[in-house]
Amino acid sequence: MKASLKWLKDYSDIKLAPKELARKLTMAGVEVKDLQITGSTWNNIVVGKVIALNPHPNADRLKLATVNLGPQQITVVCGAPNISHGQKVPFASVGAQLIDGHTGKPILLKPAEIRGVLSEGMVCSEKELGISDSHEGIMVLPPEAPLGMPLRDYLGDVIFDLDITPNRPDCLSIIGIAREIASLTEQPLHLPELGYEETEALIDSFVKVDIIDPSLCSRYCASLIMGVRVTSSPGWLQQRLSSYGMRPINNVVDVTNYVMLEYGQPLHAFDYHKLEGKQIIVRRAKNGETITTLDGIERVLSPDTLVIADKEKAVAIAGIMGGSDTEVADKTTSILLESANFNQAIIRQGCRCLNLQSEASIRFDKGLNPDLPLLPLKRATQLLLELAGGKAARGIVDVYPGKLEPKGILLSAEEVERLSGLKVPLAKIFKVLKSLGFECQHADSASQILVVTSYWRSDIRCTADLVEEVVRIIGYDKVPVTRLSSPLPKQEPRLSLRAQRSNLKQRLRNILTGCGFQEILTYSLTSLERLQKLSPKFELKIPPLRIANPMTKEQEYLRTTLCPGLLTTLAHNQRIEEKSIRLFEIGKIFLPQGNELPQEKEMLCAALSGPKAELSWHGNKEKLNFFDAKGVVENLLNQLGLEATFGVSDDESLSPRRAANIIIDSDKVGIVGNLHPRVAQAFELSDAVYLIEMDIDRLLSKTIKVKQYQPIPRFPSITRDIALVIDKQVSYQQVEDVIRSFPLVKKVTLFDFYRGEQIPEGKKSFAIRIVYQSPEHTLTDEEVDIIQKQMLDRLHQELGATLRS
Amino acid sequence: MLKQLKELRREALSELNQVNELRELNSWRVHHLGKKSKLTQILRSLATLPLEERKKVGAQANEIKRALESGLVEKKKFLEEIHLATSLEREGLDVTLPGRPVPIGRLHPIPQVLEEICDVFKNMGFQVFEGPDVEWDYYNFEALNIPQWHPARDMFATLWVDPEMDKESRLLRTHTSPMQIRLMEKKRPPIRAIMPGRVYRYEATDVTHESMLYQVEGLAIDKDITLADLKGTLFEFSRCLFGEERKVRFRCDYFPFVEPGVEVAIECSACHGTGCRLCGYSGWIEILGAGMTHPDVLKRGDIDPEIYSGFAFGMGVERIAMLRYGIDDIRLFYRNDLRFLKQF
Ligand SMILES: [Zn+2]
Repeated sequence: MKASLKWLKDYSDIKLAPKELARKLTMAGVEVKDLQITGSTWNNIVVGKVIALNPHPNADRLKLATVNLGPQQITVVCGAPNISHGQKVPFASVGAQLIDGHTGKPILLKPAEIRGVLSEGMVCSEKELGISDSHEGIMVLPPEAPLGMPLRDYLGDVIFDLDITPNRPDCLSIIGIAREIASLTEQPLHLPELGYEETEALIDSFVKVDIIDPSLCSRYCASLIMGVRVTSSPGWLQQRLSSYGMRPINNVVDVTNYVMLEYGQPLHAFDYHKLEGKQIIVRRAKNGETITTLDGIERVLSPDTLVIADKEKAVAIAGIMGGSDTEVADKTTSILLESANFNQAIIRQGCRCLNLQSEASIRFDKGLNPDLPLLPLKRATQLLLELAGGKAARGIVDVYPGKLEPKGILLSAEEVERLSGLKVPLAKIFKVLKSLGFECQHADSASQILVVTSYWRSDIRCTADLVEEVVRIIGYDKVPVTRLSSPLPKQEPRLSLRAQRSNLKQRLRNILTGCGFQEILTYSLTSLERLQKLSPKFELKIPPLRIANPMTKEQEYLRTTLCPGLLTTLAHNQRIEEKSIRLFEIGKIFLPQGNELPQEKEMLCAALSGPKAELSWHGNKEKLNFFDAKGVVENLLNQLGLEATFGVSDDESLSPRRAANIIIDSDKVGIVGNLHPRVAQAFELSDAVYLIEMDIDRLLSKTIKVKQYQPIPRFPSITRDIALVIDKQVSYQQVEDVIRSFPLVKKVTLFDFYRGEQIPEGKKSFAIRIVYQSPEHTLTDEEVDIIQKQMLDRLHQELGATLRS
Repeated sequence: MLKQLKELRREALSELNQVNELRELNSWRVHHLGKKSKLTQILRSLATLPLEERKKVGAQANEIKRALESGLVEKKKFLEEIHLATSLEREGLDVTLPGRPVPIGRLHPIPQVLEEICDVFKNMGFQVFEGPDVEWDYYNFEALNIPQWHPARDMFATLWVDPEMDKESRLLRTHTSPMQIRLMEKKRPPIRAIMPGRVYRYEATDVTHESMLYQVEGLAIDKDITLADLKGTLFEFSRCLFGEERKVRFRCDYFPFVEPGVEVAIECSACHGTGCRLCGYSGWIEILGAGMTHPDVLKRGDIDPEIYSGFAFGMGVERIAMLRYGIDDIRLFYRNDLRFLKQF
């Protein structure tokens, strides 16, 4: 909303500097985004009158214009096609600061010889004055512009650009803002005085109004003016519309726009003679009904749109835009002026269906007060009679099926203090609310007042609303600064599932960064293609939830796994610099559950790829491999006090026989493995990639056990190393399981793994260190010998293992 | 004999003086203090001397032996020091050679800032709660005084899972405020909670707009909680995060689910309040929206607004991170370029 300071001054006495005024408005909730000061650089520019035009002796297209500046006359060269005798024009003398019409840069006006004629000054275009980009001709001022007056005094203004919140449609008006200013600066508000002459004939004999559904139109007011003359508006009116950024059209349309800007109530003028049956019907549009709107577009309507119709057809889209059939044109002589209140939802719906917005609709869709239409209608009728002549029919049509009894709200100083912490005497509250135009009375109880909202406000419904009014006018900066003094809520026990879960996530992040992994965060939304890429067959394991109105194809589906985001990020960074890359993300995946909200499951996903270490003189150009990934998993679980076994995984995103399920207490908590080459290819990854994926909740279920202390062993241990030769098909896990099944085995470490020359074809060798320890006594070599003998026998019987000689 | 001893002492000490290596020191020891040394022989032959002379010579010889032994210890210590120094010198490194690289992992800047924000409030007794990203229209809008066709819906460009129909439509939450209702449904006052999480916007991205953001929602409900408490809490927050000197502005604003409503801005660090491009020439940078919980919202949470009052606030984490680190393009956060992420 743009508001001119000059215009605002019609209604309130403004003494504050514009900047301070802007600050006060902003603090009170009416945010001033920008302040444009026009005319602050206009020196040596005055209002002049063209009193003579003569041809230039040396140029056909140029003229010599003699301009009366009041005390003096001056003749200058002018090339503008639109200059004519008797015009009032902005005249700049030598020394004036202007904008160059061609380059757009500031210039200082100097005397110039143009085709042999000395010119000391110039008649200016809007562009040269910095008002607009218009440079086709000179700017023509209204005839009433006072001769010789400095242009700064005549046209200079401050335009406030305001950001009006959706609850304050009343501030989409000059009076609304003036009222705010008056209240904030404790000045009176001056409203226009209304009154005009009416004819004998009653309006009811000329027009009949029917509202089909009062819930969509709670009030419809109209006045009728006959014998008008449609012309262009006077300069002052055009100027005011321009200050808001609106183009003047003709005196009738301009008056409706002017009053809308003044009061915030949209109005519409119909050419009365074009209304069939002299009837106004407010109804939903019929399915497929058409109307050509003022912008010349033919629109097909549906019942989601409210229309104003005459006996035959729709003549306007209610609250959004008029129809061209009943448009006010030059030949129009009688005007039916509409000032109504429409339901905000139907207006929004209509705008959405038609993809159309207007100055009227942005006000109606905020919900205007149905008590508002009457005064603006009277104001517009009065102005129309003044500017377009004619006579007003007696009375006003006022169909008001939605009238509600005004409801008072009780307010006390205690309530203001209870919510705001600000002590305000009741008398002051009374005064502030009065200044905003609310009706206040002392209630039955001496500590309360009864407040009735004013007709222009639709946002005041409860005491909290009134408290805000009181506090914002007194000033949010007057609110004291206090600390919460209410008792603390019960704190979350450290062992609760919620606390443990956030603790686990925190620990996982610390452990992984400690292992050299960079944390990333990727979008929750992804593309179908990316999800499909995870499968070598391009199939989806879980159909993802789709967004009904995606912004892009890239962000159309809710992710069902973190992998695509991670792999895309990996590929992106591989392209930038070939390096050892380790990434992880902890985040939600979304698993559809029919029409319910999806299951939001937290996952951990990590990827590693490239050389083990950055390039350095220490060597080690080895690439990261499966066991680096598995080592990270083991380290991570170890730090959480967990121990896992690893079984072969058949996850299709991973290479067969190069992937393992991570199993804790026979539950799968995740996977680790080598990304399938087809998948790597699909994501355009340039190196072997290893992936780790874990389910946070499953992990949590394993970690929530409270740790119990184990006594430090009191008796010494005995260490034995064995080297086994065993069939290639036997997994290490099988060997270790056998060894661990024996009593007193405390620790088993594989310290060498060999395949090659000294071992028979089809065999491999494990070197294993076994530590034996008893909690009860010092072990003897003999005891260990017996156990180990039995162990080797079983390894031989069950797995075919022999001791390597 | 005494003369001979004197000579022996002079000779031995002068030779010791010449010794420069530990190996030589050993042969010196054998030569002068060993079993076959002259001194040992003299000491052995003492018994053959007459008593008077034995005393004199014995005392003298023992004195020389002690002198030589202590000379030996001293010399040995001296030579060992030299030896150590030489070998340390020999084993010296070019300490300017780069060390062995250890892989470095860092946290993403957003969770880091998020944690800082949460820590400030945790210290004020707030507890952390999380909720779903995919929400019902009811929690995201309806229960927060934004029914369908309400003009405030314009404030939230929404990504819908189901078409926008009624309160049972599913959507990606546009703010963390639905957690206010979810929390009130479960907890009774006193409540002091912060609720961080992802929020989503139907929005084309540019340097200041992202389709996904992190927010932190705050809620405090009890008897006698006031706007002044909100002001104090948020000023304290700003002091902790942005420092004592940074000016804070607490102004009236509108959000449908609070009344009175508040916007908090901090003084622009680039222009110190005089106005520049960064702050849109206002001198202030908005960091959060807040207000007193609307009585209708309290009622929906089955909390009596005549007895209880509360405040709520919500802030964007990216915005605060951008202010903190001087980041001028919001899209950098989720592009996950390592050249960006490694700076935090
Ligand atoms: Zn600035």
